[in-house]
This record gives sequence, structure tokens and C-alpha cells, in this order.
Amino acid sequence: MATAQPLEAPVRAERRSPLSAALTGLGWAVLILFAALEIFPFVFTVANSFKCLPAVQSYPRSLIPIPPFGVECTYQEGERAGASRSASETSGALTFNPTLEGYQEIFDENLPRWLVNTAFFAVAVTILRLGFDSLAGYALARLKFPGNRLLFFTILGTMMVPPIVLLIPRFIILKQLSMLNTYQGLIVPLAVDAFGIFLMKQFFESIPGEIEEAALVDGASRFVLFWRVVLPMATPALTALAIFSFQGTWNDFLMPLIILSGNQDLWTLPLGLSFLRGAYGETLRWHAFLAGSVITTLPLALIFFYFQRYFVEGISYSGLKG
Amino acid sequence: MSEATRVMPKKRITTMAAKKRQEAIAGYLFMTPALIIFLVFLIIPIGAAIYLSLTDWNGITPVFDKGAFSFVGLDNYSDLLRGYHTDDAGEIVKATTRQKDFFIALKNTTYYVLGVVPTQTILALILAVILNQRWLKARGFFRTAFYFPSITSSVVISIIFMWMFTRGGLVNTTIQALFSGYDNNQFVNWLDDPRGVLHILLEQFGVSRTSVGDWASNRVFGLTLWEWISGPSITMSTIMILNTWTTIGTMMVIFLAALQNIPGSVYEAAAIDGANAWQIFRRITVPLLRPTTFFVVTLGLIGCFQIFDQVYVISSGGPAKTTYTIAYMVYLNGFDRSAMGLAAATAILLFIIIFVFTLLQRTIVKERANI
Repeated sequence: MATAQPLEAPVRAERRSPLSAALTGLGWAVLILFAALEIFPFVFTVANSFKCLPAVQSYPRSLIPIPPFGVECTYQEGERAGASRSASETSGALTFNPTLEGYQEIFDENLPRWLVNTAFFAVAVTILRLGFDSLAGYALARLKFPGNRLLFFTILGTMMVPPIVLLIPRFIILKQLSMLNTYQGLIVPLAVDAFGIFLMKQFFESIPGEIEEAALVDGASRFVLFWRVVLPMATPALTALAIFSFQGTWNDFLMPLIILSGNQDLWTLPLGLSFLRGAYGETLRWHAFLAGSVITTLPLALIFFYFQRYFVEGISYSGLKG
Repeated sequence: MSEATRVMPKKRITTMAAKKRQEAIAGYLFMTPALIIFLVFLIIPIGAAIYLSLTDWNGITPVFDKGAFSFVGLDNYSDLLRGYHTDDAGEIVKATTRQKDFFIALKNTTYYVLGVVPTQTILALILAVILNQRWLKARGFFRTAFYFPSITSSVVISIIFMWMFTRGGLVNTTIQALFSGYDNNQFVNWLDDPRGVLHILLEQFGVSRTSVGDWASNRVFGLTLWEWISGPSITMSTIMILNTWTTIGTMMVIFLAALQNIPGSVYEAAAIDGANAWQIFRRITVPLLRPTTFFVVTLGLIGCFQIFDQVYVISSGGPAKTTYTIAYMVYLNGFDRSAMGLAAATAILLFIIIFVFTLLQRTIVKERANI
């Protein structure tokens, strides 16, 4: 963790007044309150995804999957339920009674397919971006060619254009290229991104160029040099870029909505969940939706906890450059 | 000078020229994939968006077909901003609904932005400052807790919030558990209440549509003045809470990184001069963070003005169009109502609005720096 700069320390060294103690207490209170507000929705989501629908509706605040006080996991005639259990089985008070009905139901809604699609899109886009962004970033950082600066500022400028403006023309171009409702239609337009090029350029400029020069004198070609020498040095930047790309593509909603709506087999998790919500209208099957939310979030959560440092560094980095 | 030494430099120059050429070629080759994709999916689309906004294309007829659309000049913009346009014969064609829709969307989006951007910036700053204190333990835990929502899909967050904010749901029952006076009949209908919060507030003071006087019925840009001062609806407020909740973490991490770059000696000097904690915050931390604040606010403005996913999932623009935003209007007109030209014009206007707001806040931040 980076070293924090003291704000109070010099003052505190002289006197530990009741006021500063009160401020410290207030600080803790604010942090704990906000941490609870940010985290509890997820905790409740996970807990409720393991309940049957009546329990979700009647006792959303119970953190362990029990239908307390005789809530019955029975369903009306005609309602869908993985295993319709009778009242006698479940009506005992405070029975610990987790169920996978929600998961069962959302899996029946083609969720495995959405999961595979989302993973495929996210991985494909990420790999392409790692290649193309670092090639372009390297060229802009190290290679002298006419128009270098102009290209850089043009690319930087495109970061300001909101995706919603590009929505319609992209749709038309993809339609003309017969790429609507195809895998490539979603992947190719996203295969390069300005932020990634910017990130890689900044990184390449921050490392010394002597090693490359030595390799060039030895007669290595530019591409071999890039592939064998430069890329291995860029692992931290590539990791940050990979994580941001993967997360962004995994969660992307607008582009899949425009490009893939027409082909059910290609839907991604966010797209599938949102269409399912639209189909249900007001009477949502909450246990299934919460189960779907957990499955959509879980892969990212694992990546986040494992690569946390890169998330935070990447965000800080982009912020400081801004 | 001998023969040999005179030749040497000349030879080196040619190889250097060759090297330069090689380097330039390599540069272009390295850029090629990025350039092609940018050209086809970014640069051309920007041009196409501007051109399409000057047509009446419906989005269904193939765009290169003969007669797929006609060029209508600024008619789409005129419809949106003035509520009419003049046709070729010089007749005025009314388009009151288009104008009204656009200004409803603009009103909703503006209330949304004005609510979310300052709130998330200030909360993120406060949290970052507390997290930066030396006495704090478990800094990593808190940073993780605050940042985690930012990595989650907007659709998933929307579904979770819908579930929590249903009438008999987690939020209402929790409030009830905390405040016994909040009974079932008073439960706020978070997801389906079109009343504006300012209207509700004014009502508390006995000010209503009828008592306020005739001026409120005057129409400005298709909406009555009373409609303009509604504030965000309850449902829009729910989406505002959602987005503030989601983005605080990102903004907080950016602020924290900037805070950690301020050298400790600055604070020490101020403390020796006898400044108290508040003065240090007000006179040192805030001014030193100005570039970061500018960045955070810009990020917030650009993101918030484009609010779409949450509206699409939670409310579809309702109830009573109170969550109808500009981005949602673009989507609806373009892909649902077959008015691509109009949608393109709306998108361009949104771009201009974002641009102007960003410039405006830049000027404000700069002016404040001079005080």
C-alpha cells in the first residue's frame, strides 16, 4: 500500500485533544457507515439468491436462507418451480433451508449460453486490444514517423465522443458489412480503444530505451524487438489493460443491445438479464434474477480480488494523467 | 583529410536515412490495425452521425437505396429545439411532441446530473480524505469495499436496486425497522412515483400548482414553468441514488491517489503556522486537488449525461416520462420508432451539451483558482 501522508500527525504529536478524538471517532463512523452501504446490497443479494421465491418476498432481510416462522416454499398452481415442496416439509420454524431453485430457474433461461458468450466476447476483445493497443502505443511512443503527433491527438480526441453518438452510424456500418447479429460485429469495433493506446504509450515512454537500441544494433527487426524485448517488459501495463478491457466488455450493455438483439444465441449476460426483465414486466421472479446477478458478478469479483492492485493503480494512473 | 574519412560520413548519412525510412514504415505498420478500426468504426461514424442528423432516414430502408431518405437540412434540430420547421413550400410544420419530448428529456437529464455529480464528488472527496489519515487502519479493506460496486455490471446493479426498492422490499422494511412511525401505508413507491421532489417539498409549505399564480402556466420550450421546477421524480431519485452509490468508489480512488501525492511537508508547514484541521483541508487540500477535482467532475458529467442502462432496465423512461433521458430518447427514436435522422440529431445535441458543460466547469474551476 502506498504511504499515506499524515494530515493530523504533527498536531496530534503535541496534544491529543478531545476534539481530535471526536474527529477520529466521526471518521470511523463515516467509513463504516459507507462501507456497510456499499457492501450490504451484495450480501443480501447472495443470501436471497439461495431462498425460494416466497421467502425472498416475505423475508428479504433474513441473511441466512431460512424461511422462518413457517414461510412455505410452495407455489401456486401453474407457477414454475424446480422442486415444489409441500408445506409440511418446510413449515418447521427456523429450518435452515437453502435452495438452488433460483439458480435452477435462471439456468433454464439459457443462462449457460449467455455466460459462454460473455466470456468469449470479453476474452476475444481483451486479446485483440492487448495486441493492437500496445502496437499502436509503442509506435506513438518510440517510432518517429510523419503524422505521429497528429495521430496521437486525434486518438485522444476520440475519447471525448460519447458512445451514444456513435451508436447509429456504427449500426449502419455493421449492417452494410453484414456484421449485425454476429460475433465479429461486436468484437471488431471494440478491438482497439483509445484509452488502451494512451495507457500503453504512457507506459512505453516511462521505461528507458537503451535495451531496445542495443537489440537494434544487433540487427533485430522492429517487430521481433517489439515481440521479444518490449512486450515482456510491459507486463504491468498489459495486466492493467487486460483487466480494464475484460471488465468493460463483460459489463458492456449498449453495444450488445444494438448489435446482438436479433440473435438470441449470441446474447451476453447483461443483455439476457435485461431482456428477461422486460419479458417478465412487473412480476419478477426475484430469486432467479438474484441468482443471475450473482453468476454475472462472480467471475469479475474473483478477478477483482486477485488483481486488486492493478485495478487501483490503473484508475489512479488515469486520474493523475487527467 | 584522407580519402577514407571523407567517404565515411556520407555513407553514414545514407544508412541513417534508410533507417529513418525503415522506422517510419514500421511506425505506420504498427499503427495499421488501430487506424483501420478507428477509421471504420469511429471517424467515419462521427461524420455519418452529423450527416444523418440532416436527413429524415427511418433506419429501416437500406441506407444506400435510392430514395431511402431525403436531405432535410436543419429540420430535425428545428423540430427538437423550436417545435416546428418550415417545409419546401414555406409552410410551417408543427412538431410540438418532438420539442416537448426533447425538453422533458433535457430537464430530467439535467436534474439527474445536477443531483449526482456534486454528491458523488463531495462524498468521494470526504471518504478519500478520511482514508488518507495516518491513524486509519484497514485502509485496504475500506478501499476494496468502496470500489467493488464500480466493477459490477450496470444491468446487475439495476436489478439488485429494483429488488431492494420494491414497495415491500429491503429498503422500505429496513426504514420501518429503524423508524416505527413509517408504516406500510406511507411506504415510498420508489420505482413508480412520478411526483417531483421539489413539488413535494413545495407542497409541504402549502405551495401548489393552483395557489402559486398564473405565471406557472406559462410555457417555455413546450413545458410549463411549474413542470420545469418539478425536480427529479421519486423514481429518478432512486436511479440517482443508484448511480451515486456505484461511482463513489472510482472517484474516491482517484482522489486518494492524488492526496497521496501531496508531500507531507506541506501539511507540516501549515500545522507549524497554527492552522487547524479544517483550515488545512480548506486552504491546502482542496486547492491542491483542483486538477483532480476537474478530472473527476468531467468524468462525472460525461458519464451522467449519457445515463441509459439503468433507465432501460428499471423504468423504461416512466413513470409519466419522468426518467425519460436524452440517451434513452436517442435509443427509442432510432431503434424503436424508426426516426433515425431525428435520433442522430438528438445525439449530436447531447454531444454539444456535454461539451459546453465541460468547458463551463473548466472556466469555473480556473476562475476559482485565481481567487
